[in-house]
This record gives sequence, C-alpha cells and structure tokens, in this order.
Amino acid sequence: MANTSNGNGRKQKNLVVIQLSGGNDYLNTLVPYQDGLYYDFRPNMGLKGDDLIPVDDRLAFNSHMGTFKNLFDQDKMAVMMGIGYPEPNRSHFRSMDIWHTAEPFTTSAVGWLGKANSLLDPEGKNPITTVNFGRGLPRALAMQGVSVASVGALETYGLYTGLSGARNRDAMLDTVDRIYQPMAEGGFPSRRILETGRGALDGADLLREAPEAYSSDVEYPEDNPIAQSLKGIAQVMSADLGTRIYYAAHGSFDTHTAELVNHAVLWDQLSAAVQCFTDDLKQLGKSEETVIWMFSEFGRRIADNGAGTDHGSGGAAFVIGDSVKGGLYGEYPKLGLADQLEGDVRFNTDFRQIYATLLEDVLDVESEPVLKKKFDKIDLVRN
Amino acid sequence: MTTVARKHQDVTVMAHLLRRTGFGATRDQIDQYVAKGYEETVEDLLNPVAARPEDQDLMDRYFIASVEARSVGHADPQWSWRLATTEKPLEEKIALFWHSLLAVGGIKLDHGLEMLTEIDLFRRLGLGSFRTLLLEISRNPGMMYWLDNQNSHKGAPNENYGRELLELFSMGIDELGEGAYSEDDVKAAARAFTGWASKPTPPPFFLGPFPMEFRFDETDHDNDDKLFLGETGNFDGGDIIDLIVTKRATARFIAMRLYLFFVSDSPDDAEIERLTDIFQKTDGDIRAILRSLFNSDHFKSESVRFRKVKSPAELVFGAARLTDRFVIPDMDSSTLANQAMFMGQHLLNPPGVEGWHEGEEWVDSGSLIERINFAASEVGRVDSAGIQRMIQLVENAGDDVRPESFVEACLDAMGSIDLGSGSKAVLVDHAAQNGPGTPGALDGAERIVEMFQLIVSTPDYQYC
Repeated sequence: MANTSNGNGRKQKNLVVIQLSGGNDYLNTLVPYQDGLYYDFRPNMGLKGDDLIPVDDRLAFNSHMGTFKNLFDQDKMAVMMGIGYPEPNRSHFRSMDIWHTAEPFTTSAVGWLGKANSLLDPEGKNPITTVNFGRGLPRALAMQGVSVASVGALETYGLYTGLSGARNRDAMLDTVDRIYQPMAEGGFPSRRILETGRGALDGADLLREAPEAYSSDVEYPEDNPIAQSLKGIAQVMSADLGTRIYYAAHGSFDTHTAELVNHAVLWDQLSAAVQCFTDDLKQLGKSEETVIWMFSEFGRRIADNGAGTDHGSGGAAFVIGDSVKGGLYGEYPKLGLADQLEGDVRFNTDFRQIYATLLEDVLDVESEPVLKKKFDKIDLVRN
Repeated sequence: MTTVARKHQDVTVMAHLLRRTGFGATRDQIDQYVAKGYEETVEDLLNPVAARPEDQDLMDRYFIASVEARSVGHADPQWSWRLATTEKPLEEKIALFWHSLLAVGGIKLDHGLEMLTEIDLFRRLGLGSFRTLLLEISRNPGMMYWLDNQNSHKGAPNENYGRELLELFSMGIDELGEGAYSEDDVKAAARAFTGWASKPTPPPFFLGPFPMEFRFDETDHDNDDKLFLGETGNFDGGDIIDLIVTKRATARFIAMRLYLFFVSDSPDDAEIERLTDIFQKTDGDIRAILRSLFNSDHFKSESVRFRKVKSPAELVFGAARLTDRFVIPDMDSSTLANQAMFMGQHLLNPPGVEGWHEGEEWVDSGSLIERINFAASEVGRVDSAGIQRMIQLVENAGDDVRPESFVEACLDAMGSIDLGSGSKAVLVDHAAQNGPGTPGALDGAERIVEMFQLIVSTPDYQYC
C-alpha cells in the first residue's frame, strides 16, 4: 500500500503532530536569559543557572529539554519564535479551535488536517490515512466523510477489546465480519453504513497487526503516555500502511500553579519520548521521511502570578526531523511594556504560514484549499 | 388479525414511538404504555408533568464543579444525568432537536451556565408556540453574543443574526441557496434587531461565570421604516418574527425538520405538506404538529421504522438506560456525555450555527467502533438490574430452543427491536453454530449477553 515517492520523484513524507495541550509557557521553554525584563516580570518563575541550557548569548532552552537542545545542535529542529494569530483569544477552548481549523475569525467544523486528508485520499480508499492516538477526534482531524482511526492503544484497538466476558471474541468477530458485507444500493441497512463498517473493520485489522511487523530495541518508558503514543506511531509507520498523518497530544500545560515542578515534568517526559522516537525512526529507516510538528494553543502571560502563569498569547512551536533545516525562525518578542499586548507577547509569525509549509512541503497537497488563502511558506523543509 | 398478532403489533408500534420520542424503553415499560393506550401515551409524552421532585438540588450536591458551570466541560454532567434518568423523555428529546436547529456554538460562547440556560429554554418552550420560542431565542444573551448581535448598531448593522434567523432558523433555503426572502430582507431584519444585546450580571461566586441577561438599548435601535417581506413599518425584532412565522416557507421548513428528526432520514413530501398545513392552521403550535405526526398512520407504518440513524446521544442514552443503574449523579453518569463526544456529538458544543449534520453522516469508521464498543459494554453489565431483567425475559421465553426463537427472544427483551433479514440470518447462524451442546459453547446468561452484544454490533442497530 505504501507509495514512497510522489510525482516529483521526491520521497513522500509523513507528518507527526504533537499537540501540547493547555498552553505551554513560551518564556520558560525558550528563555531570554540575558534580558533583565524577563527576571523583573518573573520574580518567582524566572529560570536561571542550572535550569538553563544556553543556545546563544541571548536565549537558552529549559534544562528539561535536553533532547531538543541536541536536535537543535544537529540542525534538525526549527524553532518558530513568536508564533500566533491576529486578535488572540485566551480561552483554551476557542484558541485551540483556531489552531485546529485555521480560522481565527469564524468558527468552522472542518479541521485543517481533515481537509488535508480529503485531498490526500479524495475517494476515501484508505481508512487509516490519518491515525490519531487518543479517544475522540481533535477538531484538527474532523471533516464530514473523512475516516480517521482514533486509537487508545494499538494492541487493544478494534471491537470488543475492553469487554469483560466476551469469551467467544473470535466467534463474535467472525459473525460481525459476515454482517458487514456491502450489498446493492437501496437495501437496508444502507450500503453506505455497510461500507463504513467494512472500512472500520479492515482498518482495525491493519492497525492491530502493525505491532507484529514492528521490531526495535528502543525501549519507550512505560509510565510516559506521550512516549507510548509515539511508540504506537512508530509501529504503524513500520507496517507501511499508507498513513500520512499521525496525531498525539501531551499535557496538561495549564500551569497556573506549581509551574516550576509541573512544567519540568512535562518537558522531561517529552524529551524522553522524542529521544526514543527519533532513535526508533533511525532504526526503522524513517528519519528522512518523517517531520514532527509541535504546537500549543497559546503561550502564557509574561508576568508570573507567584506560583505559575496565566493564559497569554503568542508562543513557540517546533518543526523537527532529518529533512528539516534547523535553526531559530521569526523574532523573539520584546518584553518591554510598550511592546506587550495586554500583558502578553505579540506574535510576529502567523501559524498559518507554517501550515502552508507543512501542507505543501511535507504532505504535498495544495495549501490554499485548506487555508482559504495563500500564505507565504517558510523555507524549512528539504526535499 | 389474531389477538396475538395484534398484541405484537401494538408492542412494536409502541416501542417505535418510545424510541422516537425518547431513548427507547425497557420491555416492561412498553407493556405499561400499551396497557395505557397509544393516543393516551402520546398525550402524556406531549404534556410532561414533573414525575418526581426536581433533581436540581441532587445534581448540585453531587456535581459540585457543575454548579454555576464555567465551561461546557463543567456543564455537561448535568445534561447527561437528565438524559440518563428523565421520566419526561420528549422534553429532553425536543431540547436535543432545538439544540441542533437553533444552535448556539459552545466554543465561541465558552460559558457552561449560559449553555444550560439555552437547554432549559428549549425544555420550557420547545413543545409550545414556535413564535414564542423564536422570540425568546432572539432575546437570549448567548444567541445574541454567538451571532454577533452585540456588534449590530444603529447605522452600522451586523447582518449575522438577521441572516441566520431567516436562513437556518425559519424560512430556509433550497439546494441552490435560494430562499423565499431577499438580501434586502436580511438587511432589514438586521436593522430591526439593532439594540438587542446582552449584559453580564454579577457572578454568584467569586471568580464564577457572569450570568447574562437580555438588554434592549433604545438609543442604539434603528427606528426608521424598514421594508421586510413586502411590508413596510418601523419594525423591531418582535415584528420581524411575527412576519416570519406567518410565511408558508417557515411552516414548511419547521415541518421538514421535525419530520427528519422524528420520522425518517428520507423526507416524504405528502406528509410534510400535511404537517405544514397544521403549522399554518395552529400558528406554529409544535405540540399540535407532533400530536398529529405521532398519531398518523404514516408514523406508525413499517416503512419508516428503523429508517433514521441514531444520533450519538440517542445511541448512548438508549443503551445506558437499558441498564437501569443510575441512582445518584456520580462519575459513571457524568461521563456519558464524553461517550457521545467520542462518537462525534459534543453536547452543548455544536460545531457551528448549522448544528450537526444528522442522518447517515453520524456514522464514520472511527465513530462506528466507538458506538459498537460502548453499546456492547452497556448490554454486558450483567450486574445491573436492567440487564438482569432482560436476561430473565429471554430465559422465561420458554422451551423453544430453535436459534430463530432465541434471537427473537433477545430482540424482544431489548425493547422489542428488530433487525433486517440479512443481519438476522447471520445472527441466527451464530446462535446455531455456538448453541448449547456445541464445543466450547456458552450457556445461560453468558450466551444471552453475547447475543445482546452482537445485536448492538449490527448496522441495523445504528438505526432507530
């Protein structure tokens, strides 16, 4: 099923999205450690000394981001600074929705990757063009008529897996398999429902078998949910099932209190997970064709609240992979009062520019039908 | 028709009525309603009276975080509880109907309390006069904010509410996007609604949400004459609604939507014309329209039975109510709303002003797996009183051990439901292959529960 090159003769790439849910604190992710204003505004939450890994004479990574510092040093990570959208909204709900639909000014039921899926697979032939790790569909993947497999864990994906009893699960599955046989138009149940069921059962079979095809000596930590999700993604990738979009979420980054502790744990988990994942991709021979995109719905308030930080706007996002041109992109926002936007940093790069880049240079689909407008791409992905 | 056949027919039709007006019923409830009579049951459903003391205090005590709910996430346990336990099913069903038709987007509003206020409004007014309902939703602060009427000012009207009021809430448009109104009518309606806005009131709790109330700002209202739907006058929002509800396009639009929600995913023109006439004759009395709809031969006929795809809410609460296990508002009941969300219906958060796309669009490959797994786990709750009774009913069905009889007994115990012939034949085959005496066979309750689980896994069960 895997088609490894496109019409341009370039190697086909896959997109792995890691959503940092809850609003990742930008200022404590990429720290302006030489800027006195940072410490003025963050008397309690300001990071210094051993809590920092300097990038240059201006900026430093949070010390719990070791993996990312290494990726950055190897030119495999592009850091998008000051990313956001006009008229920022500080509700988790609404702001995440804006990132999911790429519609800052109206609400929409169509997710940007749902739309991309419909362009990648217009006839809906592959029920696992997109695989989401987690229950329920993020709106980013939603579009009527687009099938997305939402997987808790691969080993238990499919029908009746969590069912107590069900001693005869195999016999039950055989029976269900016999029922979902598409027949002529106009019958009952409708052909559409039967075909959907067929696709769901076939997709579940494919996904459940993925772990069997997978072999690797990378050991993902068991007690680290995002690591387990990334392991599942590596397993599906290794089975070459034609999946192009993978989605996983990590959080919660909503650090109103106990930020120093919680933010560190979250980045420790993510560092460990992404380290395993990039090692695994190397073993599986998938490093060149995989691009990771990490974003959050907003950054947090510049001034701390004593124990944490409140909802802000503008933030940092990351594009990672062997085919990514690493480095710092955009400008680090200024922290002075005159430069603030109601206590938050001002964005300088519209996230939809990155979407345009990911759509065209990673997924090889046109960005305009998805974003409704032409955005200037950013030159950060090698062919 | 023999007495037995007539009894079977009565039960089948009653089960159908209870699925459409609510979330289905247990087998014994169906018998109680049959004893009462069909038309009497319709009257009971249409005129819900408090069947027991109001449970708001109970919910407030157990769902502490949902008191004065800040977000949709805080609010939805309350609706979950009502949907799982109500004894006035049509009241909740009509709230679901209007929730998708007069849709207020939870995402933009981000205000759990206000969303619950919305649903209460639909409970109170949803079965009454359409004119009153449309007027009240137009004065509803959540709706005003959602469709930008806050930003609609004298001399600078915002057309959003005027347009959606005509297009999505009343007169409708055809496949080509043409309505029985013009762009000038949209503009006139928008001018008439200037000055209709909302204001926050002090929150009952420190850092709680601000309850909102309607506010009319006379100084921001356009008092000039407007030409709307061929009439001229100094109309305000109420006058616009009065004009809208007298139009046949409005009557037909609402009749069509009621038909699609309560009868079938495929519209029947003659029946919709008939309901349109009733709307016009009764000045849009929803109760009168539904009474005639439920009592019609068309509604009772086999041709519309199982011809509507269940919404996630119908599927989740239909299956959960079979277990009869909800005694106090606890985590178990509050998470039912999440199940519907996994299947594509996030209650209190419709995806847009169009509400949800209903019918077959509910089912995609991801949601189908969620639907089957959820329903199978509900009918597998052998410790619950409801499932115990269902098992007992199958065991009581007698000595007839033929696989056909076994499958029929299971379908009957689940609330007198039915399957198409294709799926039923495969299940009969399964019962025969795995029947008593076959190697590794299940017996007793286990075998019955397995058949319940297979029944809810069929494509046929996705319909109601």
